[in-house]
Amino acid sequence: MLKALVIDPGKCTGCKQCEMACSYENEGVFNPSKSRIRVFDFHEDARFVPYTCTQCDEAWCQQACPVNAITTDEMGVKVVSDSLCVGCKVCTIACPFGTINYNASTGKVIKCDLCQGSPACADACPTAAITYQDIEQTGFDKMKLWAGKTGAAVEIDGPNTPV
Amino acid sequence: MGWTGKVLRVDLTNGTSTSEPLNMEWADKYLGQRGLASKYLSEEMDPKADALGPDNKIIFATGPLTGTCASTGGRYSVITKGPLTGAIACSNSGGYWGAELKFAGWDMVIIEGQSPKPVYLTIFDDDVQIRDASEVWGKSVWEADAWVKSTHQDPMMHVAAIGVAGENKVLYSAIVNDLHRAAGRSGVGAVLGSKNLKAVGVRGTGGVSVKDFKAFMKATNDGKKVLKDNAVTGVGLPTFGTQVLMNVINESGALPTRNGRDVQFEGAKDISAEAMAEPRKSDGKPNLLTNQACFSCTIACGRISKIDEKHYTVQNKPQYWQASGGLEYEAAWALGAATGVSDLEALTYTNFICNEQGIDPISFGATVGAAMELYELGLIDKEKTGGLELVFGSTEALTTAVELTGKAEGFGKELGLGSARLTAKYGRPELAMTVKGQEFPAYDPRGVQGMGLTYATSNRGACHLRSYTVSSEIMGVPEKTDPLVTEGKAALVKAFQDATSAVDSSGLCVFTTFAWTLDDIAPQVDAAIPGDWTTEKLLEVGERIWNMERMFNNRAGFTAADDKLPERMMKDAAKTGPAKGLVSGLDKMLPEYYELRGWTPEGVPTNDTIDRLAM
Amino acid sequence: MHHVILGAGPAGVTAAETIRKQDPTAEITLVGGEGEPPYSRMAIPYLLEGKIGEDGTYLRQTKDHYQTHAIKVAQGPVTAVDTAAKSVALKDGNSIAYDKLLIATGASPVRPPIDGLDQPGVHTCWTLEDARHITKLAKKGAPVVLVGAGFIGSIILESLAKAGVKLTVIEMGDRMVPRMLDETAGNMLRRWCEKEGVRVITSTTVEAIKGIGAPTTTQTEAQTQQQAQTASPDSDEQQPGLIKRLFGISSAEPSPSSYPASAAMPAPPTTNDNTPIPPGSSGLSVVLGNGEAIAAELVVVATGVRSNTGFLEGSGIKTGAGITVDDHLATSARDVYAAGDVAEGMDLSTGTHDMLAIQPVAVEHGYLAAMNMTGTPTKHRGSLNMNVLDTLGLISSSFGQWQGVPGGQSVTKTEDDSYRYMRLEFDGDKLIGAQCVGVTEHIGMLRGLIQTGLPLGPWKDRLIESPERLPEAYIATAHGTPGHGPSGLKIALPV
Repeated sequence: MLKALVIDPGKCTGCKQCEMACSYENEGVFNPSKSRIRVFDFHEDARFVPYTCTQCDEAWCQQACPVNAITTDEMGVKVVSDSLCVGCKVCTIACPFGTINYNASTGKVIKCDLCQGSPACADACPTAAITYQDIEQTGFDKMKLWAGKTGAAVEIDGPNTPV
Repeated sequence: MGWTGKVLRVDLTNGTSTSEPLNMEWADKYLGQRGLASKYLSEEMDPKADALGPDNKIIFATGPLTGTCASTGGRYSVITKGPLTGAIACSNSGGYWGAELKFAGWDMVIIEGQSPKPVYLTIFDDDVQIRDASEVWGKSVWEADAWVKSTHQDPMMHVAAIGVAGENKVLYSAIVNDLHRAAGRSGVGAVLGSKNLKAVGVRGTGGVSVKDFKAFMKATNDGKKVLKDNAVTGVGLPTFGTQVLMNVINESGALPTRNGRDVQFEGAKDISAEAMAEPRKSDGKPNLLTNQACFSCTIACGRISKIDEKHYTVQNKPQYWQASGGLEYEAAWALGAATGVSDLEALTYTNFICNEQGIDPISFGATVGAAMELYELGLIDKEKTGGLELVFGSTEALTTAVELTGKAEGFGKELGLGSARLTAKYGRPELAMTVKGQEFPAYDPRGVQGMGLTYATSNRGACHLRSYTVSSEIMGVPEKTDPLVTEGKAALVKAFQDATSAVDSSGLCVFTTFAWTLDDIAPQVDAAIPGDWTTEKLLEVGERIWNMERMFNNRAGFTAADDKLPERMMKDAAKTGPAKGLVSGLDKMLPEYYELRGWTPEGVPTNDTIDRLAM
Repeated sequence: MHHVILGAGPAGVTAAETIRKQDPTAEITLVGGEGEPPYSRMAIPYLLEGKIGEDGTYLRQTKDHYQTHAIKVAQGPVTAVDTAAKSVALKDGNSIAYDKLLIATGASPVRPPIDGLDQPGVHTCWTLEDARHITKLAKKGAPVVLVGAGFIGSIILESLAKAGVKLTVIEMGDRMVPRMLDETAGNMLRRWCEKEGVRVITSTTVEAIKGIGAPTTTQTEAQTQQQAQTASPDSDEQQPGLIKRLFGISSAEPSPSSYPASAAMPAPPTTNDNTPIPPGSSGLSVVLGNGEAIAAELVVVATGVRSNTGFLEGSGIKTGAGITVDDHLATSARDVYAAGDVAEGMDLSTGTHDMLAIQPVAVEHGYLAAMNMTGTPTKHRGSLNMNVLDTLGLISSSFGQWQGVPGGQSVTKTEDDSYRYMRLEFDGDKLIGAQCVGVTEHIGMLRGLIQTGLPLGPWKDRLIESPERLPEAYIATAHGTPGHGPSGLKIALPV
């Protein structure tokens, strides 16, 4: 059964425990600047929005990779192979969600890979603003429509749309 | 290993910055943040130096748990000699700035000297620059925050800044980071202002490590569970914020009202947490929008409010229509009960301006309260105030006063002196509800006896956060004591002071101690940094810190005579409530306290005490 | 059904795989031009740096990838296409019949009008073979001249500088990467390179490359190789007008004679063949338009590329600068499609046909052409031009119509000290183009906003005020809700 990160910004307090957990999981230290999930602060509107890769079907990053360093695993997760990534950054401009980023300290790109099936961000979130759920049970499609409105727009209006 | 091991020293006189290793020997004895920075300050500056002169230093210091996933591990403190008090000042703030400093690779920043012209500091990891601030001098904290981020094209920067109040050396001006988190008390903002330093912008891309990650994750997870399962930290604080106290303290007869003339405020319910959450009559929306956390905090007690756009204070002023930091208990009390004002929207507006211009709302509200009393007594009049009718309960007086004080215009300049200097100026110094020149916070020493001793002995002047005995006397944490008696309070105060000194030096928020004891904190510290950190060691370090701060103040010229409360607390009995008929029993508690501390009757640590604490 | 694909770059390989996905039984032949396994030119700079081995440049990593997908890989190059007989002729004399043909033969470096290109030590940097030559010569401390600071030049610049050579870059345009970066950004890049020890000379032409005893008429190995990839060398290639027209070596396209010779540096006394040459070196001397001569052991020429269409002469397939295609990537000939660098695909920003020689577009083309070839009519609405460049650690990017449009609004934010720059271009309340230097976080969102054309509403003015607030603008615009925030009380409790 496919699972996905379900994000409810209304429950986010902006504590950034997710960024800490993510960076610890992936970098071995607490370093939010290297976190694959990022909490954006809309302070004027009293809103925090945790934001990360939705593992989109189009996989713009994957398509753009010149050396096939991004692959899709059996869970549908787009995974960067550090040994293959040359750090050309084309994926970082190709991903219309901006969720794959260049890590200057390694010379490679980083993105959310759902921590091999147990996302540290969801575990760390104190208010259940980030949860990891079976997508069939959670109205994930609805959420995806919302969260991925950009993706939807790309699908509808983008260059690759069958007519 | 919890520490970055690096201290940034910035010399504003010469425009230079240097990196130096953190003194690990001191770190083992004074932990970090409040304790360690106070040690640096004590060693490096003459306590008699002018707080607003070039010889004062100001230190931004993180703790070992700042920038880690320990719940509330995002705090930093500003340590300097306070211009309001002349005593050592240590103002603690949350938000994200402290953690960002750590990620930039610095445990603390020591700022020295005085810049010849307005500057601001940027810290991008190792790249530290002192830059021209002429463009933002004269602007608010909010404008400076946006300007720094925009100038450096980095919205992920975190900025700590002073507003116009700090520039004008308002003696209780604050340093505000992340728009509405503040190192609020003792006038630390004025010290930055005196140094011509407008702001410090930080962006860090490095990581923070700990000694033993496995143990650390376990200890911090255990801690988070305790916070979650506790009624105060798990439900009370996130739901109501510190404002949960407004009605409770009022009912306890310990809510200083109208410059401490009363201990209960008839308008308390209108400015309480409950009122903030209720739909407004005017527009059907609540004042409170949501709660917010500081970095790494799993409690999230912060208040985010939105003022009714039609309220007179913000009509045609859309810059105040956005959501921003709402009323915490202390601010609601000072701006409300201390002045007799019960208009929640007006208090919220005043609080916004305090954040925008970098003003400590406690001292500001209390000073307005004192000024109102002077006005009522006819010692100041409309001519003096420039037309301002400073009567108790006047909403307009309050909101105009904050605008004037923020910009240091007109009577705002006098209000900016603080209540001790203001009342002295008009010949009634006893009307200042202050200790060591710093205004009381929101607990009346007659209704909560422990707080009287707390205020009198606080090393930074009247302060509730140095030993929050309310926790025990009102809330029963960790165990219930009677707020109306003095017995046992000396020991209680000492225990709270020592424990809090340790917590304030760790990078954690003192609010965790509603649920945590040092037994919960010690394993988190121990897993983060070298050394064998037990509860006992934390307490010992806490006591050492307390004594060091005391010795700084003694060297600055303070004596036992300064450990006193205003006459009103000692002579005028509470008129209503459970404490009716009571005055503060400070005179009974203080000698006992000195003895417990191992101090002479003159309030000086004995040689034995100094030796015992290996100072 | 036999699908024949000419060119084994990203467009060709993507097309082959897509065809296989769409039609499990189709016969697929992928004809490569270079005798290498399908690889990515984009990875060559990283090969030069030693970051990867040659196999790290391969488009697909599994050894039997093509076999597994029943894609026959044939050795080209193709010399001619007979659209009537539906067959292609190979250089070795054989021919392959097709039902559907995809031309994805890519591009080759242009030969600029410089005397002395054909001698040892002068190389283009386009193929794996070129990379092998350059690696041999780019030794630590060796004087190297890079001719052309366009996109490709600037990428190679990084690998050459990292190899520790003593590098001089010569650009005919008035700044670095003139086709991708505006003046502010291009000059920022230049300052950065100079800070990093690279000498950058702009607004200057290279007149000749002179060597000691190197015959200028003999074809070198490299030149032979280059011709081998370019199926049919175009006889026009030496004409500067055409080169500039095609590849815009200088965006302003001034005539060479109008370049201010002393703009970049004071003109030193002219040296000539007597330039001292280090012993044991290739002994080249690069003579500039301003009269200066620079000694070099290696000259790398990167003055632009052009489509490989020469072999289509006489095929009846319509070509302009590249192959003319319709909005289904079909050429003028029946059952013949074109994709990638060779095709004049639709530019999303302008709605006109143009060549966008970038990897993501090649992949898009390959996919779309394959869909159309296998019977799923799929319209190409246009690709977004975008580039990202890492020059000695300074990362720049450009998207869409970064030059702006008449009547549009624009914002630039420059911070020279920290090498940061952002430029956003708006048409109405839509973002249409962008440029960044020193900004890498979430920059894909620029593509998101440009490509979706979402109206920015209040965020346009906020971006004009503070372009760095892009992530907020994107999330608020694309996700809709955060613009409003909670309308009632909302408390988040620990659970």
